[in-house]
Amino acid sequence: MATIPTTASGIAAAIASKQISAREVIDSYLAQITARETDIHAFNLVTADAARAHADAIDADIAAGRPIGPLAGVPIAIKDNLCTHGIETTCSSKILEGWKPPYDATVVSRLRDAGAIMVGKTNLDEFAMGSSTENSAFGPTRNPLDTSRVPGGSSGGSAAAVAAGFAPVSLGSDTGGSIRQPAAMCGVVGVKPTYGLVSRYGLCAYASSLDQVGPFATTVADAALITEAIAGHDAMDSTSIPQPAPALVASVSQGVAGMRIGRVTDLPAGAEPEVIARLNEAFAALESAGATIVDITLPSLSYALTAYYLIAPAEASSNLARYDGVRYGLRVNAVDTNSMYGATRAAGFGDEVKRRIMLGTYALSAGYYDAYYGKALKVRRLIAEDFERAYAQVDVILTPTSPVVAFPFGDKVDDPMAMYLCDIYTIPTNLAGHPAMSVPFGTGAHGMPVGIQVLAPALGEAPMFRVGGALENAAGGVK
Amino acid sequence: MTQDPLSSIIATEAQMLEGGWELIVGLEVHVELATKTKLFSGSPNHFGDEPNTNIDPVTLGLPGALPVLNKQAVELAMRIGVALNCSIQPCIFHRKNYFYPDMPKAYQISQYDIPLNIDGFLVLPSGTRIGVERAHLEEDTGKSTHVGGATGRIHGSDYSLIDFNRAGVPLVEIVSRPDIRTSEHAKEYVAELRAILEVIGASDAKMEEGSMRVDANVSVHKPGTMFGTRCEIKNVNSIRALGRAIDYEARRQIDVLDSGGTIRQETRHWDDAEGRTHTLRVKEDADDYRYFPEPDLVPLAPSAEWVQAVRDNLPMLPAARRTALSALTGYDTQSEAVIVVVERGQHDYVQAVVDAGGDAVRALIYVQQGFADAGPVPAVPADDLAKLTVLERDAKLSATQAKTVLAELVEHGGGDAAAIAAAKGFEAMDTSAVEAMVDEAIAADPGAWAKYMAGDEKASGAIVGRVMKASQGKADGKIVTAIMQSRRG
Repeated sequence: MATIPTTASGIAAAIASKQISAREVIDSYLAQITARETDIHAFNLVTADAARAHADAIDADIAAGRPIGPLAGVPIAIKDNLCTHGIETTCSSKILEGWKPPYDATVVSRLRDAGAIMVGKTNLDEFAMGSSTENSAFGPTRNPLDTSRVPGGSSGGSAAAVAAGFAPVSLGSDTGGSIRQPAAMCGVVGVKPTYGLVSRYGLCAYASSLDQVGPFATTVADAALITEAIAGHDAMDSTSIPQPAPALVASVSQGVAGMRIGRVTDLPAGAEPEVIARLNEAFAALESAGATIVDITLPSLSYALTAYYLIAPAEASSNLARYDGVRYGLRVNAVDTNSMYGATRAAGFGDEVKRRIMLGTYALSAGYYDAYYGKALKVRRLIAEDFERAYAQVDVILTPTSPVVAFPFGDKVDDPMAMYLCDIYTIPTNLAGHPAMSVPFGTGAHGMPVGIQVLAPALGEAPMFRVGGALENAAGGVK
Repeated sequence: MTQDPLSSIIATEAQMLEGGWELIVGLEVHVELATKTKLFSGSPNHFGDEPNTNIDPVTLGLPGALPVLNKQAVELAMRIGVALNCSIQPCIFHRKNYFYPDMPKAYQISQYDIPLNIDGFLVLPSGTRIGVERAHLEEDTGKSTHVGGATGRIHGSDYSLIDFNRAGVPLVEIVSRPDIRTSEHAKEYVAELRAILEVIGASDAKMEEGSMRVDANVSVHKPGTMFGTRCEIKNVNSIRALGRAIDYEARRQIDVLDSGGTIRQETRHWDDAEGRTHTLRVKEDADDYRYFPEPDLVPLAPSAEWVQAVRDNLPMLPAARRTALSALTGYDTQSEAVIVVVERGQHDYVQAVVDAGGDAVRALIYVQQGFADAGPVPAVPADDLAKLTVLERDAKLSATQAKTVLAELVEHGGGDAAAIAAAKGFEAMDTSAVEAMVDEAIAADPGAWAKYMAGDEKASGAIVGRVMKASQGKADGKIVTAIMQSRRG
């Protein structure tokens, strides 16, 4: 039996060229899940039987000479806030426990059409609200690199699944850093595409104007491959950009000669010294690869976190109102309808979800809208204008992904503000609607991985992946 | 204090309520659009199907489902805007947040401060111009049936059934300015609006089926002072009920004010059987809807070409139809006959009868009187009716005979008027025979004749009646009257 490749592109090529069967690949990954999942808890649900059946069907297609998709046989883990037809989708919340959607998210059906095989639904902070996956109603996910530490969040399960070798690639969602931050903490690649590049249809909404689906991978090229597979216009999502998926894999190896890389001189403070050291090494590496480093300022950045924690909870308070016990999910019966709503939501939602619903409800209330939500929207515009000025001077911007490396369980769970600060560098791109990615770049405190974030202007995925590829090449030389 | 700047319309003396009170009414009319599919999903928009068959993830507000705006709904909403003389503007959608079991997402996608259609007006057939503040797009809710309990409302019921077929059906909410001063005008506004909506194909506008729903904001005040506190009246299910509800509510408010009380701003429920309104909820209990821009939809900015195309393709509206019919027949635009015939959509038919050589006035009257249930395209061929109008105009048939023939035409869906008249033995009587009959009638009822001679026109009825009886309806009433007038001198 041939060795099983570790990348999605390698697996797809090996299966298509009949060096290995899809069944062999899936069995190998399922064996890894069996070996380590008890320690990691990356999944809310492992769909082993369906995965094997899917692999057998692909092998049958290959044997019969029928055409197969470009990702045929590639195992993939799916965040459990993406709807999967007939397969439980919980958002790691008791309020949706047992709910089986009657439809697939567009990204899920696109991956299936491409031949990718779902291995399971991954754990997350309840409704994607959190930065450590400790807010899951079904227990936390542990960091595969140090199981005493969090994997980051909210897509902690998807990041851990790739880091633990449960799948070569996975899907997450990123509203304020929920792909990039856990990617950084688990030492894998994570991409948040431009808002509207990837369909949100079937993604259980947290904050609609910020949510975006994106991939985790072990390599920048795989991340580009999966982004290509899920991107492109979807008529079911009105905010979907009406153009086809861009070609991105080729950008990864193009190098950065002649590119202008922005260094933010007024970056909000608070990053660990090792993280800053890695960032400086990243600039040096890109400069020696032929890029120019340009100092820029983003003065509104310091307001981003505040604006985010008004806009996202405001939208969440409305998006999560549908979990009322009437049509699906949990219902706690009570004497009348209003009491039933209260009892259901009190029992079904965890503390962080309740905190954000209350925050958002308050921010939208009569008499407070202008002071809070309205002002946050103005800050959002200022941040977009800051970026616009910056991108007149540079092609991409480099920052740390997270100010801190993966922290021990319980470290920040009782201090929401400390937890929220984990997303201080990732949130601004969501507010602007821009793409960004995290690339592993050496280690920081406690030997835990550090991620460097590449930010690009809207639809700037190609330059972003060029820089991502260059960082990946240089990462081998750093500590 | 001065007149409220909201409206510069002041009731005429005849329109004032007793005690010097002036009625102020604004109407909010919801109409279901006659689209093939729902406002934000591909499920059919169809009334009367099995419950919960026209549903999908978007309709049910399932997690992850997203709205996609229906182009046909926008087109119909713009037609309404154009027909009501509104400006059509680039607009956005908002979420109106509140919990209710038949509201699947716990928010309604509606339009708030930037609606599609603004600043229009509707001219009532009687001539008054009523301002239209806005006409915006929004989605309908599902329909709840509360089982058990005394009131049929959710409170106190044993359980509730929800049909989501209606959820997501496109609505346009048409908000009038508070320009209405009488319940008659309110009824006229709704009747005219309904006629417009039917003509432009925007909605079937049936109040009984709920595809047109009217809420009335009612207040009273003394002219020259600020408007009074208003109450919103809901559950008004017919035009007649609207008039009764407004009259009741005005009376109730005046009674409260006259006895030194104050009006609370509240929503009141019209009970048609009891003929009164009840408090539904007071304003203090009102939800804070926490409106904010709907992030799942992009702004709607209809192109100038699209707006122009809607304008160009708009059919002739009822007001223009009344003007045309008035020009054709010489009847006033506000005459009962013209209003009724246009309301029934039979104006084109009257025109066809005239085009076939018919007499315009008789065509109008025949259609008004004989075609109440015939719909816009009566079965009687225009040609057949044209021939009947000519027979009467040329005094070949009396009015009474013509009416009998008309009934035959209606019953059989057409026919040869002359042949029917002949078969019935109808023939116009010559004038000398009628003169003899008039003289006999005068001789038989000298008292009536004396009164008529003294100028009592009503007394002529007795004489005419006698002649008609004697002639078995063959005498022409007009000729009888003419003979009597010549006898009187």
